[in-house]
Amino acid sequence: MPQAIHDPKLMWLFGGILFLLVILGFIGDILKERHRDEASRPTIYNLNARVRAWWKMCTVFAISLLIGRVGILVVFAIISFAAMREYMTLVPTRRGDHRTLFWSFFVIMPLQYYLVGVQWYGFFAIMIPVLAFIFIPSSMAIYGDTEHFLERAAKIQFGLMVCVYCLSHAPALLLLKIPGFGGHEARLLLYLGIVDQMNDVLQYFWGKLIGKHKVAWRVSPSRTWEGFFGGVLSATALGAALWWVTPFTPLQSAGMAFTICFVGSAGGLVMSAMKRDIGIKDFGVVVEKQGGMLDRIDSLCFAVPIFFHLVRYYFVP
Amino acid sequence: MSKGIHPVASLLAAVARGISGVQVQWAGCEPSERQRIYFANHTSHLDFVVLWSALPSYIRAHARPIAAKDYWEETWLRRYLAENVFKAVLVERGIVSKARSPEEAKFVSRSLIEDMVVALGETNSLILFPEGTRGTGEKVGEFRAGLYHLALRRPDVELVPAYLENMNRILPKGEFLPVPMLSLLTFGKPVQVEPGEEKEAFLERAREAVSSLRRIGPA
Repeated sequence: MPQAIHDPKLMWLFGGILFLLVILGFIGDILKERHRDEASRPTIYNLNARVRAWWKMCTVFAISLLIGRVGILVVFAIISFAAMREYMTLVPTRRGDHRTLFWSFFVIMPLQYYLVGVQWYGFFAIMIPVLAFIFIPSSMAIYGDTEHFLERAAKIQFGLMVCVYCLSHAPALLLLKIPGFGGHEARLLLYLGIVDQMNDVLQYFWGKLIGKHKVAWRVSPSRTWEGFFGGVLSATALGAALWWVTPFTPLQSAGMAFTICFVGSAGGLVMSAMKRDIGIKDFGVVVEKQGGMLDRIDSLCFAVPIFFHLVRYYFVP
Repeated sequence: MSKGIHPVASLLAAVARGISGVQVQWAGCEPSERQRIYFANHTSHLDFVVLWSALPSYIRAHARPIAAKDYWEETWLRRYLAENVFKAVLVERGIVSKARSPEEAKFVSRSLIEDMVVALGETNSLILFPEGTRGTGEKVGEFRAGLYHLALRRPDVELVPAYLENMNRILPKGEFLPVPMLSLLTFGKPVQVEPGEEKEAFLERAREAVSSLRRIGPA
C-alpha cells in the first residue's frame, strides 16, 4: 500500500480541499443562476472554470499518490511533455532544428526525469543548465543552419529550462530527506500546489474587488498592484496557516508561501510577456483541445525550483 | 472494397493522432458520409495518414488515399498497409511527364483519372494531394490537373479543401524521425467547377481554397 494513505495529515488536507471544491461547485451553480447580467458573467465563468480545473488536478494528484513516487514522476513527465509540445509548436523553429528538437524531446527530457527517479541529484541539477546548454548549440552548428542561430538556440534552451528543468523539481521534492519528515514529502507538493493556485485566484479576486493601479499593463492589462499585494499577502497567510502539514514553523511557512507567491507571480508575468511576443493571448487558443498546459503551469514553473532549493538548503542537513 | 475496417486501422489512426497531436476544425462543412474528395497541401510523409486518421471512423472506413506506388510497394509491410489498412489507391508518379509523345501523355493521364473514378465507386471518398510532391510548408504549390478532370467526371462528388499545418515541422522532407509538435487540420468550404470554367482558373481557385485555411500563418 502506498504510504500516502497512512498519512492522516495529508488525508485531512486533501479531504478538506475536496470538501471546499464541492462547496465552491454549489456556490458557482447558484451564482450562475442568479447573476445573468453581462458584467458579472465572465467572473462567474472564470470561477467555475477554475473549479473544474482543480477537480482535474485533484484527481490526477490522487491517482499518482496511489501509485506512489513513480506515479508522481510519470505525471510530471507527461506535463513536461505536453508543455514543451505546446511551446515548440508556437515558438518558431526552423527546418535545421529538427534533429536538435528530436534530441530534446526523446533524450534530454526522459533523461532528466530518469535522473529524478534514480535520485542522482548531482547530475539532475546540471543536466539541462550545463550539458544541454552545450549540446544544443553544438548540435545546431553541426547541422549547419546559421540563420537566426543565437535566437533559435536560446529559444530551445529556454523551452527546456521552463518546461522540463524547472518542472522536474516538483517530483524531486519527494526525494528530499528532511529529518523527522520521512514519508510525508508528498505533503510538500500539495502545499506548494495549494499556495500557488490560491495566489493566482486571490490575485484575480483582489484585482476585481479593489484593483486600480495597473502593473506591467503592457504585458497583462488585467494585473493591478492592489491585486498583486492582496493576493500575495492573503495566500501567504493561507500558507502560514498550513504550517502543520509542513516541516516548517508557522513563521517559516509564511516565508516559504511568500516566496512561492512572489516568484510564481513573476513566472506568470514572464509567460504573459512571452505570449505577447509570439502574438497570442493564451497558449490554449491555437491548440484548443490538448492546449493550455503552459497556461496552467506558468506560475508553478518558476516557483518549483526556488521552493525546492529553499527547502533543500534550510531543511536538509 | 467492402471488406470492412481492418483491426489495425483504428489503432494506427490513434497512433497517428497521438504523434501529430492533430487539432481538427471543420470550418467550411460538416463531417458527412457523402462521397467526397478531400484535397490538401502536402509537406510530409505523414500527411495522408494524419488526414485519414483525423476523419471520424465511419467516414474513414470509406476514405481511400491516393498514394505513390513506388514508395508504398517498396517493402512487404508498406504494401500490406497500403492495400489492407489504408486501402490506398496506388498510382505511379511522373508517368505522364515520362511519356514520349503528347498522345501517350494524354492516354496515360486518362487512365490515371479512370483508376481514381473506379476507386471512388458508389460509396468511397478519396484523399488527394494535388501538388503531387511535398513542399516546404511556406506556400502551397501549383496543383496538377487530376483534380479538375476528376471533378468533371464525377460532378456529384463534393470537393473539400483541407489545410494541414505544421506537418513539415513534425516530419520534414528528408527526415525519418518525427518531433511530436502539434498540428492543425482545417476543412474548408467545398468547391466545384463552375460551368465553362477553364482548367487553370479552377486549379488556381482550388489552390487558393486550400491556402486560405491556414491558421497560424507562416513561421
